[in-house]
Amino acid sequence: MRANCDGGDIALPIWGRAPWGIGIAFARVGNPALIHFENVGLRYGMGPEILRDLTFDIPKRSFQFLTGPSGAGKTTLLRLLFMSLQPTRGLINMFQRDIATIPREELPLLRRRVGIVFQDFRLLDHLTTFENVALPLRVRGKEEATYRRDVLELLNWVGLGDRINVLPAVLSGGEKQRVAIARAIIDQPQLLLADEPTGNVDPPMARRLLRLFMELNRLGTAVVIATHDLSLMDQIDARRMILSQGRLDIYD
Amino acid sequence: MTSLQQKPARPTAEGADEAAEDKRASRPQLQVRAMAPIVPPANVSANALTIVIAIMAFLACLTLGAVSMIQDTAANWQSQISREITIQIKPADGLDMQDALETARETALAIPGARDAQIVGDAATARLLEPWLGDNFDIDQLPVPRLVIVTIDHSDPPDFDAMRAALAQAVPAAYLDDHRTWVDRLVSMARTTVLIGVCVLALVFIATVLTVVFATRGALTGNQHIVEVLHFVGAEARFVASQFQNHFLIIGIKGAIAGGVLAALVFLAANFWTGYAPATPESDQAMALFGAFRIGLSGFFGILAIIAVIGLLTALTTRITVIRTIREIDVVRSDPSRME
Repeated sequence: MRANCDGGDIALPIWGRAPWGIGIAFARVGNPALIHFENVGLRYGMGPEILRDLTFDIPKRSFQFLTGPSGAGKTTLLRLLFMSLQPTRGLINMFQRDIATIPREELPLLRRRVGIVFQDFRLLDHLTTFENVALPLRVRGKEEATYRRDVLELLNWVGLGDRINVLPAVLSGGEKQRVAIARAIIDQPQLLLADEPTGNVDPPMARRLLRLFMELNRLGTAVVIATHDLSLMDQIDARRMILSQGRLDIYD
Repeated sequence: MTSLQQKPARPTAEGADEAAEDKRASRPQLQVRAMAPIVPPANVSANALTIVIAIMAFLACLTLGAVSMIQDTAANWQSQISREITIQIKPADGLDMQDALETARETALAIPGARDAQIVGDAATARLLEPWLGDNFDIDQLPVPRLVIVTIDHSDPPDFDAMRAALAQAVPAAYLDDHRTWVDRLVSMARTTVLIGVCVLALVFIATVLTVVFATRGALTGNQHIVEVLHFVGAEARFVASQFQNHFLIIGIKGAIAGGVLAALVFLAANFWTGYAPATPESDQAMALFGAFRIGLSGFFGILAIIAVIGLLTALTTRITVIRTIREIDVVRSDPSRME
């Protein structure tokens, strides 16, 4: 990643110490894309098509911004990428599987390979930072003893080592967003989706979060950041997917 | 980049040691509190549901108690009555009553299965009639029907038809009453009552299930943000269900225990009342109809069984409701044609 961003003062980990980076193998040359959309269209109810003829790939280990004016369908596209919405037409391949043929009970298992971060964080208010970040592992039926150290290490990595036992109510916006990011990446997803992750934080914190996403990408996770924050996108030279009037243009 | 591919040296020591040796990790507190439940108990409004379940359990226990009491009493009557049969000889012109009684007695005893036969003597008959005729009448002057009571072997009853035929031949004026009509009526009444009781029990259980369905749907709506987050971190419907199910299991068992204990107290009180109340006509009637209000060991097991059934029913209903609701939500949420 040809990143060149300033302002980040997060203590970055020694490579390889980060537990979530360990198991990710490098993409082999010629591997099929992580996600493949072909002529995907979507309309809500009887309304107009929100998305029209989307055809694109999200390669493994890639980094891209998804942008476009408000109401262009960014969130809808993210929901398609998270498999919580079925396209009205077209074909979507996730992890080399046609999602139309996947039984509904299997979708949660596939979703576990995708991390998702929201603008409004969506933390559970009655759980501590540690518990919020550990939630995906708990959902997968793991015992606390097996992941405690991983969670603590990740929290250190995102700079929340001293906020482990506090509830979200006392965290700042930037801290909450880092908890949300940590929760999204704790199980080493192959794809990270972020919906306006910097929408509720100030510019310096936005830069820090961006750097976090880039480090994560370096560790092997494909990242899609939906944003309409031009200054954020200008900070790094990454692929841009621009949605407007239901169509998608990609600038590599 | 090459360092990425290296496996990190994983310290095998405990977390505390690691924290000491690793500068980066020296700051974090390794003490974390015990995992809080994903769905906090306070988010599931328990009080009203507990009371409803207590009432349902109470009604179920009362019904079960009443049914078992009636069944016991009916069985009691049946066995007492069927231990004896009666031969009645109506007076007729030219009939030597004493002779007829003896003949009937011997005829009855001749049938295998009849253990003993006793003629109800003059004095005993007079005593039977005393409430109607007073105590100073001459029984020989009146055409009073006389009785022979035959005790039968309960385990090997005689052939009543053969006995009836033999009696008809020997003493035409004799009438054999084996109480069968009476017993049949009692049995059918008891069966009807038991059937009604079982229906009431079924209705109570159905009402409980429906209440829990409503409560679960309410809890799901009230905790929608949690369900959403669980969806986004890859939870299966079964996992979400288990988070709610435990709360409802506790509510169900609490309510059922309250109802069961209350029902047991009611039975004890009724037992006390029939045992110690003065022999009023009401208490006598109640005794005659229901027998003693006694819940023995089997009654307590019945109450325990109802508590277990209601607890399980509550948890199971919650589980199924959550899984079905989440599937519904999933279907609606993933289908853009259903959204505007």
